[in-house]
Amino acid sequence: MLWRLLRPYLSPRSGPIVLIVVMLVAQSLGNLYLPNLNADLINRGIVEGNLGYIWATGAEMLAVTLAISAVAIIGVYWASRVSMSVGADLRRDVFGAVQTFSLRDMSDFGTPSLITRNTNDVQQIQMVLQISLTMMVVAPIMMVGGMIFAIREGARLLPLLAVAVPLMVVFLAIMMSRVVPRFRVMQVKIDRITQVLREQITGVRVVRAFVRGPDEARRFDEANADLTATTLSVNRLFALMMPTMMAILNLTSVAVMWFGGRLAAEGSVSIGNLTAVLSYILQILIAVMMATMLAIMVPRAMASAERIAQVLAATPSIVDPPTARRPAHVDGAVELAGVHFRYPGSERAVLEDVTVHVAPGQISAVIGGTGSGKSTLLNLVARFLDVSAGTVRVNGLDVREQSREQLWATIGLVPQAAYLFGGTVASNLRLGAEEAGDEDLWRALAVAQASDFVSEMGGLSSPIDQGGTNVSGGQRQRLAIARALVRRPALYLFDDCFSALDAETDARLRAALPAYTGSASVLVVAQRVSTIMGADQIIVLDEGRVAGVGAHDDLMSACDPYREIVLSQLGPVA
Amino acid sequence: MTIGGGPGGAWRGGMRPGAAPGGSATDARRSLARLVGRLRPERRPLLAALVLGVAAVAANVSGPWILGRATNVLFDGIISARLPLGLTRSQAVALLRAHGRGQIAQMLSTMPLTPGVGVNLPRLGSTLALAAVAYLVGSALTYGQGYLMAGVAQRSMYRLRRDVEEKLARLPLAYFDTHPHGDVLSRVTNDIDNLTTTLQQGLSQLLTSVLTIVGVLAMMLWISPLLAAIAVVTIPVAFVLTILIARRSQVHFTTQWRRTGELNAIVEESHTGHSLVQVFGRRSATSAQFDEVNGRLYRASFRAQFLSGAIQPTMQFVSNLNFVAIAVIGGYRVASGLLSLGDVTAFIQYTRQFTMPITQIAGQMNTLQSGLASAERVFEFLDASEEAADLAPRPARPGSGALSLRAISFRYDPDVALIEDLSLEVAPGETVAIVGPTGAGKTTLVNLLVRFYEIDGGHILLDGHDYRELGRDEVRRHFAMVLQDPWLFAGSVRENIAYGRPGATEEEIVAAAQAAHVDAFVRTMPDGYDTVLGDDSANLSAGQRQLLTIARAFLTDPDVLILDEATSSVDTRTEVLIQRAMAALREGRTSFVIAHRLSTIRDAHIIVVMEHGRVVEQGDHSSLLAAGGAYHRLYAAQFAGSAAEPSV
Repeated sequence: MLWRLLRPYLSPRSGPIVLIVVMLVAQSLGNLYLPNLNADLINRGIVEGNLGYIWATGAEMLAVTLAISAVAIIGVYWASRVSMSVGADLRRDVFGAVQTFSLRDMSDFGTPSLITRNTNDVQQIQMVLQISLTMMVVAPIMMVGGMIFAIREGARLLPLLAVAVPLMVVFLAIMMSRVVPRFRVMQVKIDRITQVLREQITGVRVVRAFVRGPDEARRFDEANADLTATTLSVNRLFALMMPTMMAILNLTSVAVMWFGGRLAAEGSVSIGNLTAVLSYILQILIAVMMATMLAIMVPRAMASAERIAQVLAATPSIVDPPTARRPAHVDGAVELAGVHFRYPGSERAVLEDVTVHVAPGQISAVIGGTGSGKSTLLNLVARFLDVSAGTVRVNGLDVREQSREQLWATIGLVPQAAYLFGGTVASNLRLGAEEAGDEDLWRALAVAQASDFVSEMGGLSSPIDQGGTNVSGGQRQRLAIARALVRRPALYLFDDCFSALDAETDARLRAALPAYTGSASVLVVAQRVSTIMGADQIIVLDEGRVAGVGAHDDLMSACDPYREIVLSQLGPVA
Repeated sequence: MTIGGGPGGAWRGGMRPGAAPGGSATDARRSLARLVGRLRPERRPLLAALVLGVAAVAANVSGPWILGRATNVLFDGIISARLPLGLTRSQAVALLRAHGRGQIAQMLSTMPLTPGVGVNLPRLGSTLALAAVAYLVGSALTYGQGYLMAGVAQRSMYRLRRDVEEKLARLPLAYFDTHPHGDVLSRVTNDIDNLTTTLQQGLSQLLTSVLTIVGVLAMMLWISPLLAAIAVVTIPVAFVLTILIARRSQVHFTTQWRRTGELNAIVEESHTGHSLVQVFGRRSATSAQFDEVNGRLYRASFRAQFLSGAIQPTMQFVSNLNFVAIAVIGGYRVASGLLSLGDVTAFIQYTRQFTMPITQIAGQMNTLQSGLASAERVFEFLDASEEAADLAPRPARPGSGALSLRAISFRYDPDVALIEDLSLEVAPGETVAIVGPTGAGKTTLVNLLVRFYEIDGGHILLDGHDYRELGRDEVRRHFAMVLQDPWLFAGSVRENIAYGRPGATEEEIVAAAQAAHVDAFVRTMPDGYDTVLGDDSANLSAGQRQLLTIARAFLTDPDVLILDEATSSVDTRTEVLIQRAMAALREGRTSFVIAHRLSTIRDAHIIVVMEHGRVVEQGDHSSLLAAGGAYHRLYAAQFAGSAAEPSV
């Protein structure tokens, strides 16, 4: 999975990668050559007492050392370039993919998960890539090269390696098979701790109000003790790794000295070669250990790669038509004809056979119970969702035949949950209309009943925190309304955005709205009857079906669900 | 606004610019001292680990020296074998000089030679056996040390996590109001995780590295002060080079984390406001913004990786330099007969052993620095001022739910009064509706009732007892609350409903669910009451989540019920049904209701109209309407702009 994800990113960088591999090979060969020189220095310099040879070989070793370092630094430079730019490209592509997602695709993945995939998961991958490009190539070269050189220096010592290397590999394999699953368990337990703490923080009021502190503490302590037990066993297991590897390594050295020494006594191996073999064995074993460290990182990166690949491979459930048609005139007319909608895999239809017409310039309201499909209806109009059957026309044209950019350009949306972007009041208001002047903004703020508090805050340049957390819920909602107004679209979609306002503000806003929206169409979802009583037409939804369409008075006499809603709010007033 | 990270639990708020690692040096030193101080309960295992560590290093360090002895035995034997049998050493040396081989003669003059006799295999064998034993003992001791250190690190982290969690319970609510949840969460999870890694890897490695350096240095000095001097000269060089590079790369690492924070902010914002970005045509603008920060992140991380990656080759260079110097100078000395060959080979092994811990310490520096930055954030959290300790719990008393608020005042910020001179008498069983514009102090008032905050002035009496004489938990046991923002935890529907009353029977849970009108939809869920709600309960609508929290309050069966906008996302018909159930529940129970919908509160016994932290009107629906004041204005506003009169 990791490889399949990375291949398209690595192939355009094959030049630098080849360079990196060449550098790494050169570096490894240099490191392998050094003990060889050292052996010569001992055999022909020290043993023969040839001082000139010692100096000459020393100079050569110095040159090799310099070359190794230079080559290694060039390798690291390009490895960092390649791996970090692959990371940047991955982030860009994941972000780009998510931008094409529809509402449903977003909720399938979950926003927090998409954020993690876009950053943390990419981070994992670029780190593994970085380490691979600096080490992973070195490890096998050093392993194979070390063996070749070691055999060359003393072929008769080969059986020792034939024992030591498999011993090490088997030991590592056993360790990995025990450690890796425990790592996974550990991650689950860390997640559990995070979850418990997150709940204690976000639910602090509820925990305290219900006096559940001691129970929460117990719940946490269980998770904490559980995590500690697991990490302890993992780390104790891990503590075994280095000493065991060192023991194998050192005992191999001792064995080389013993068997090698006997060969040297017979005269079939020189002492210098023996020292060289010792160095090579050291290098082989270091290479094996390096490979092990990588092997620990890879499973985590694999999991990340899988999560990223899912995002990149997801085909957006809604795409633009290959050839988009332009509506003849943008008048904000909305028409739903025989619309059905059900979530895939769900048995119950959210909307059933809904036929509704919103004429240009009309104010239409949608009202209905929890789960009656009000928000879904708006989402269909803005093509955040696609109908299961039937047609949605905006500006006289099926939304599926238009490009979404073009459709959206005609819409001013106020979502149920007001969300503001980090920046200023002005930057938020200009979100959909960059060219709007300050007086346009103030006009919209006045209609949205927001000019007072914006002036109090310090005007249009007052800062807004990400999400709009530095203003109250009601203020956030009014700014979100103003933002849609500034755009002066042909069609306004208000998704239950008046509920967060107190009744007085709501009333003033409604009074100011018609003069501002003028010839644009307005489609408003509401809970409060008072919000919508003055609408040109009221659409009553009841469990996904249209229970009635008409003006307030007509519906009071003809539509039972509507009357029930009104009575539930106003009561049988005396 | 979404709270929380992915399933990995990584909350990204912590890497915002303000949170980027890197306090002042003295702060870091203080954090280090405090971190070390926290290890005090682990004195004994630490001491034992230290003893084992010293012994292990001694054993491991003696290995190459013993191997060097073995090389000498070998070398002596091989040279001896070349000399004619029967000669003494001095005869052999003289013979060589006579042949003009002065150099070799010089070397042999100090060697324990027995001309004509080959390698002393028994001696070689016993020397190597000794080496094997030293190495095995060394490994065993290293394992013992690692085993102990794992315990030290993990138990310390267990205690730190426990302290942090206990701290959470003692912090005043104001702390959570003034600190972003994401940041708090990041401190108690990400920072502690980071610290665990530092402690686990760092502690053990640092100890071994330092001990190894000391041990190797001692051996080197013992074998040859001259060669040791050469090696020692290269240490400062290695350290200085490492620190120079590490300091520069640290700057880029800090930048990298800051950029990551910025990028996270953009991703979070555009994903959370996804449909807005789409409808308002901001896709390309958002992408451009993303690309810019992404590019900056790339540059910072490239520089950080390259520089920190350059440390290794640099250290290798120094190490190889050492190797060459030792080989050349050592070779020269052997040839001059001033040093044995075995000493040189041992030395070469030592220089290898020597540079490794230095590189490791250099590598640990980054981890340590980032770990200390985390420690600082955790300690800052642990030092936050706490609520006064709660009174000792007393056995629960039955209450009637009579509440008396006498001239209470409360301010959050010394300059802004939130509640000012507010008085209210509530008889048992009465329903109090609190109305008023946003910011009037409605939520603050109910928060004071459950003692989320302590009042600054006045008295609150529950069943005639002043709050000051009661414990916080004692007060809260008489209340049940349904909040504006429904809070559900990851657990089954059943557990969530029974949250306020663990041990409730199945019948009681179902009865509460039926009263709150959640029973029907819970039964349509895949596993009914056993359905596990996800992290963000995304599978429930806002209205359904509110209903679940209402069921929870029903089940608690409190003396006083508080409903803060509890039904704002529930449709009004369901609300009417719930209210009917609540009316039955409120029988003999005091309740406080906050709502924007006047229909919700019309039937209250007392309607309290609040403005700017004061009660401006108080009375029942009809008398307040008749008074024609603030309540009348609010009521009229419901129907302003509509021809329809509320007469049906």
